[in-house]
Formats: sequence, structure tokens, C-alpha cells
Amino acid sequence: MATLQANEQVVYQRPRALTEVNTHYCPGCTHGVAHRLVAEVLDEMGLQDRTVGVACVGCSVFAYNYFDIDWVQAPHGRAPAVATGVKRSLPHDSIVFTYQGDGDLASIGTAEIIHAAARGENITVIYINNANYGMTGGQMAPTTLPGQKTTSSQTGRDVELQGYPIRAAELLANLDGASYVVRRSLHDPKNIRMAKKAIQTAFETQVRGLGFSLVELLSICPTNWGMTPVESLGWLNDHMIPYYPIGDFKVISALQKETCASKAEG
Amino acid sequence: MPVKGRIVVDDVFCKGCELCASVCPQKVIQMAPERITAKGYHPAELFKDGCTGCAVCAVICPEAAITVYREAPRARVAAEA
Repeated sequence: MATLQANEQVVYQRPRALTEVNTHYCPGCTHGVAHRLVAEVLDEMGLQDRTVGVACVGCSVFAYNYFDIDWVQAPHGRAPAVATGVKRSLPHDSIVFTYQGDGDLASIGTAEIIHAAARGENITVIYINNANYGMTGGQMAPTTLPGQKTTSSQTGRDVELQGYPIRAAELLANLDGASYVVRRSLHDPKNIRMAKKAIQTAFETQVRGLGFSLVELLSICPTNWGMTPVESLGWLNDHMIPYYPIGDFKVISALQKETCASKAEG
Repeated sequence: MPVKGRIVVDDVFCKGCELCASVCPQKVIQMAPERITAKGYHPAELFKDGCTGCAVCAVICPEAAITVYREAPRARVAAEA
């Protein structure tokens, strides 16, 4: 570790909420960026001591090794159900978030996430969408784009045979129980900063007891896409964003007032 | 005179994914060609002057491997001293 010289200030350093453990993610995987953003938000909001994460099944199952917070590991897709239990048993003392991939949230866990949102559970969901099943070797997921080649759709996803991708954020935004549902991308520094703000608002939603919040993060999967990390960022921008537009799909009025007020103060 | 900064990359975490080099506005980051980490990657390093400490590399780094330092404005150094 380099030491600080007399006339210097630290502009950026590793967040405290991350452990000093090397992740198992492939080089360039934006799971790491998402982890870092969540950790930075927990640091800045001072929530590290009372946060409980619920890990999903997928590449991010080992998230419990990488954050210095409490974790529960849920069966595949059941993270929102487990999070519901944790949050309801400790409604005031805990901050509960799930960290789920698209195979977990949009496929096997569709029922759990829809009902958690419909009930308006006061939990936060970080949803990573990388358009395939990363951990098992890049098979077609519900979020795989039409025409996208994966190991289980080798001539490209045929929508007549395999249906259309699920836009989970838009779907959940239709539910009355959901309070804050947005989609952000992790393909360049500007969008990463926007993603961090969204994650912050999502946790604020929970701290203020305003109900269900979800941030969908478009991510890359360089190994399974068969590209370099830098090429993958370009592919995400060119192919995923047209299908999965970045935007706020539901922001309840209590949060909008907050945003306007803070803007006026700032 | 432009602001001076520097980055320190932790070789334990860096996996040489090159995302930092791709976004660096000053183009002063490269993957060390003659050095490999314990995991077998060429880690990122500053290879010439010009870093302004803007921290864009740290914003995109998936491993939180980069610590960014920036020379403090003179007034602040005086105030803190």
C-alpha cells in the first residue's frame, strides 16, 4: 500500500464495506462494479453495521465473501422471499437487500420477485442483467436478446420458438406495491455514476420505509459473450440499451418531492 | 498548470481487464508488459506523466483495485498545515 504524501489527498479508495478478498469474477466483469457501488453507498449512508444481504444463485452467489456485512444465501430465485422474512422479523433494525442476476430474478424467481413487489415489501433489489446465464456457461436466459447467439441458441434466439426477452423493470413498475423501479447501465463512467445515484435512492427508499425498490443494472459477460471486456462495453451500448432502455419506470411521489427538494437545496 | 495526480494499483486485485486504460482521458494507463500478478495477469500501471487524479479509472474498475491521489490545492495545504 502506498502512503499518502504531504501535499496529497485521497480522491478514491477501496470502500470499507468490501472485504479484502479477490473476487472469482472473470476480468472485466461488471459484477465487480455493481459490488463496488453497493459498498460505496453502504459506506456513505453508514448502513454497513445493520445491512443484511441476500445472495442469489449464479455467479454472484459468492457475494457473501466479498462484502463485510451479514448475508443469507437463498435457494435459486427465492432471495426476495428470504429477504421478506429477514425484513419482517427485524423491520426497524435491518436494511435488507437482495443481489440477483437475470437467471435468478427473471427466470426461476419470477414469482417471488413479482409477489414481493406486489406486497410492497420494504426491501431493495439489485438486479444484474447480462443477457445470459453466466455461471453455467452462457446459455440463453429470459433476457437474451432476439437473435443473440448463446451456447443454447447457437443460431441466435428465435422469438417464434423461444419467445421474447423479459423487461423485468417495466414489468415490476406496473405493480402498485413497487415504489422505486429504475434501470441503469454499467458500460461507461457516466452511467456508472448514474447507477450509483439510483442505488443510493433505492436504499433511501428502504431507510424511509417507503417500500419496494429495484435497480436493474445492465452488465457485461465478456467470457460468455466471447469478447474482450472493452468490446463487451460497446456491445452492451449498441445492442442491449436499445432493447432495455435506461430510465425511471416508477418513482413514487414521496421520492420525487425529495429529489426536487434536494435539488433546490443543492 | 494542470492538476497532478497518481494512481496506485493493488496487484492483489487487478486482473488486467484494461477497462481503466480504455476510459483514461489522459491515456496514461497501460497493462505492465513485463510484470505479472500472482494470478497471472498483467496489472495496470501508470506509464507516463499526465495523470490528473480524475478517478475515472477508479469509477470503472470492477475490482476496486485503484487508489487515486491528487495534489491538494495550495490553499488547502496551507490551511491544513
